[in-house]
Amino acid sequence: MFSEWKFTAKDIAEKPDLFMSGHRACAGCAPATVLRLIMKALRGPTITTFATGCMEVVSTIYPYTSWKIPYIHTAFENVAANASGIEAALKILKKKGRIPQEHVDVIAFAGDGGTYDIGIQALSGAVERGHDFLYVLYDNEAYMNTGIQRSGGTPHGASTTTSPAGTVIPGKLENKKPIADIMVAHDMPYAATAAPYYWRDLITKARKGIEVNGPAFLHVFAPCPRGWRSDISKSIEISRLAVETCIFPLWEAINGEYQLSAPSKVIALRPERKKSVREYLQLQGRFRHLFTSKFEKVIDEIQRTTDGRWQRLLKKCNIA
Amino acid sequence: MAIVKQKMLALNGDEAVAYAAKQSDVDVVAAYPITPQTIIVERFSEYVANGEVDTEFVCVESEHSALTACLTAAATGARAFTATASAGLALMHEILYVTSGCRAPVVMAVVNRALSAPINIHCDHSDSMVERDCGWIQIYVENSQEAYDSIIQAFKIAENPELLLPIMVGLDGFTLSHTLENVQTLPDDLVKKFVGTRQFTLVTNHEGKTVPFKLDPKTPVTIGPLDLYDYYFEHKRQQEEAMRIAPKIIRQVHEEYAKISGRRYGDGLIDPYYLEDAETAIVCVGSTSGTVKTIVDELRSKGMKVGLLRLRTFRPLPVKEITKALENVKAVAVMDRSLSFGGHGGAVFHEIRHVLYDAPKHPYVVNYIYGLGGRETHPNLIHKIYRDLQRILETQRIQKPVQFIGLRE
Repeated sequence: MFSEWKFTAKDIAEKPDLFMSGHRACAGCAPATVLRLIMKALRGPTITTFATGCMEVVSTIYPYTSWKIPYIHTAFENVAANASGIEAALKILKKKGRIPQEHVDVIAFAGDGGTYDIGIQALSGAVERGHDFLYVLYDNEAYMNTGIQRSGGTPHGASTTTSPAGTVIPGKLENKKPIADIMVAHDMPYAATAAPYYWRDLITKARKGIEVNGPAFLHVFAPCPRGWRSDISKSIEISRLAVETCIFPLWEAINGEYQLSAPSKVIALRPERKKSVREYLQLQGRFRHLFTSKFEKVIDEIQRTTDGRWQRLLKKCNIA
Repeated sequence: MAIVKQKMLALNGDEAVAYAAKQSDVDVVAAYPITPQTIIVERFSEYVANGEVDTEFVCVESEHSALTACLTAAATGARAFTATASAGLALMHEILYVTSGCRAPVVMAVVNRALSAPINIHCDHSDSMVERDCGWIQIYVENSQEAYDSIIQAFKIAENPELLLPIMVGLDGFTLSHTLENVQTLPDDLVKKFVGTRQFTLVTNHEGKTVPFKLDPKTPVTIGPLDLYDYYFEHKRQQEEAMRIAPKIIRQVHEEYAKISGRRYGDGLIDPYYLEDAETAIVCVGSTSGTVKTIVDELRSKGMKVGLLRLRTFRPLPVKEITKALENVKAVAVMDRSLSFGGHGGAVFHEIRHVLYDAPKHPYVVNYIYGLGGRETHPNLIHKIYRDLQRILETQRIQKPVQFIGLRE
């Protein structure tokens, strides 16, 4: 199913960038790092397509582009349909001999708004139809491009501009939608989660998603200092804490079979290494209001939800 | 080239469209079913299932995705086709603009149907008239034969490297889509040769290289970037420039096609009927023009100087041709099968009256809103319109510039 692609840090450093510097992402933007790392996983000719969102906006302000590979953006809710059309065209044009016979990979990128919310119909349809493409969700947990509005991917307790922490309501009341599980439920061949701190794991999973024959889904945790009200130097560290607290465990599901990835497996085997969600929450201004006597119980709720989800994941992975 | 021997088939309008798409060597069809367009998708699925076409058929989960997939397939270098109607076209609204803005030469059949609410599956032109400003060429056909001919022509027009404009071909729901007609069809190889393979416009990419305008890993381009106040306006102007040269290309392709098929629809832009010496005339689009022609014949046999101007191409609007065709007409009735609520008449009326304002002689121009939701357009209504026009000439005044016809008032 997958090649035996091995790489060293040096290989990755020396591999030419395909997502170029000069883009206009904010300081500390984890999604930009994620894009750069994923481009290091490419195996050959590739076409990429983007949903409307931060990374679309910062990477292609006409007449400039950060993309060394063919790129198309059409709208917000349809990036999986973009990929469907590209893949269908490549297939038939190759069959008719109108383009070279070499394989061309297709990678679609969307943020959480373009995936959890407005884009889920096109995504579900494209996966059901079985198009051969990798879909990357870079999840910065709110509509950051329009100025920090809550999405289906925004976690419980986070203050956003449409779920503000007020005197009565402690930020977002609802839990984050388990989007990657929803994708696994599509019976797709490959779905996985990743975080940029674990860059080797991220690149490996992106490569697997590219290599797999059929649709692949990669859910990448991608901190946003502007929206999370976090220090611009802490984005990668926050992505590590999300994994260490089991708020965002790393796993992959190959043909529906879940297995924990190394960073989360360590915690499963040695539960004392599992950190309290407080350590993760306290680095982010979007959770600041939870550290007041009035709303402190929300932290306990977040801990309970996190623990419950972690236990269920362990069962799916046949651990515990 | 001489007119070729053709095969007569009994096809309804939808089948004629599907057959034309089949013969046009389409690479990608992405479509979603909606009445009264469904037969197109069904027939095409059968062609695919029976190996009669070399086409990737993407059976999408919505019209929004149907047009999106066609757009990106076209951007990847494929010939792309889809079909829809009514709510389906409304759901595509956003992507209609994106398709024309990305200069993706998609061809789409629109089987004209009323918009909800109340829900209604029958014909009127509300669905496509509301999309007249979205940067697509719009052709409206009179019968299934013309639907077949126009779909074939549409690929050659849309994909012209000078143009790169998407085209919608409108055919009246049920009246055409579900009505069996004798349709003359060209041989497969001839259609394939006529439409040819896609040629690509050369553009300068971000690396300063001249490359074909398509998604190709060997010659990367970025399509659909963020385009702000410093360039957006010029790009929109370029789309309008393409619209300005479109009439020339529509006429050329129409003429080239006429040479092999023997069929002409006016000059491809407008289709005048007894206008040379007409004193009164009706202007309309779509299948109703067939009814109007019958009445014109009848009235002409009684010596009345009546005529018809059928607008075949509504976008781009053939301004010069309309002006010329109506230059000697004294009273014009524009029939609109859609309504601009709160406006002064329907979409076709707006254009015709507007064009004639600059004409050397201003004829009287009135508007009739008719046939919404599939309401039958009885010959009596057409008779009444010509009588009304005659009365305007006699009294030298318009009583009501905009009126509804064929309904309970």
